[in-house]
Amino acid sequence: MRDAAFWILALLMLSGAAVVVTARSLVRAAFGLAAALVSTAGLYLLLTAPLLAAIQILLYTGGVLTLVVFAIVVVGGEGPGARLRRPVPAAVFSVAVFASLAWGIRGVDFGPPAGGLDAGAAIGASLFVRDYAVPFELLSVLLLAAVMGALLLARKDRPE
Amino acid sequence: MSLTAVLYLALAMFSLGLYGVLARRHVVAVLLSIELMFNAANLAIVALSWSRGLLSGVVLVLFSIAITVAEVAVGLSLVLLAARRGKTTVLDDLSELKG
Repeated sequence: MRDAAFWILALLMLSGAAVVVTARSLVRAAFGLAAALVSTAGLYLLLTAPLLAAIQILLYTGGVLTLVVFAIVVVGGEGPGARLRRPVPAAVFSVAVFASLAWGIRGVDFGPPAGGLDAGAAIGASLFVRDYAVPFELLSVLLLAAVMGALLLARKDRPE
Repeated sequence: MSLTAVLYLALAMFSLGLYGVLARRHVVAVLLSIELMFNAANLAIVALSWSRGLLSGVVLVLFSIAITVAEVAVGLSLVLLAARRGKTTVLDDLSELKG
């Protein structure tokens, strides 16, 4: 059952990723990314991390894809940018990266998986109280800076 | 479902994203491919912490997702700026910062 779910999600994820890198229309590429991200959320569920699955769908798929589709509508998704640039060397290079990394983890025995990532209370305590409270607050500063930077860059009456 | 299978899957998605970054011409398509690579790295981190039962990997991926959202916001506003001022969204035509 888990294995079947894993292979179905893997197939969905890889076909979504293939659509992202091959589709001529950018809107199609964005929806391929949505498929890949949602199936990754399903994989997080299988990896016993339901909190991450929820955040993946809310933040990543909901937030990022809304931004991307909005940007595609504004800048236009067709035109000369739809063509590929030197696809053969790019394919050779990425296959080489895949092969070398796959060769690196071949035959490693990781042992039986421990699981148990569904401890939401422990994650919350670690994030807000114990270990990562300061980095978490710094993250909010980073997000504020990013939003202000994005507003400054994208506004129309920018002082030169 | 073994850890090795998940790692190979993350690796395949990472390589697809790398191909997209190298081969696509449109800025937004390159950003989407970068998202694929980010997502593959997140999946590998979650798979490894699943294998060891460590919660810190989950926290790391939470931070990574939040930082990705910030990166996309800034990146897309740069794309809007380039489209408005340079009248192009093709990466090869956006080389005016170079040298």
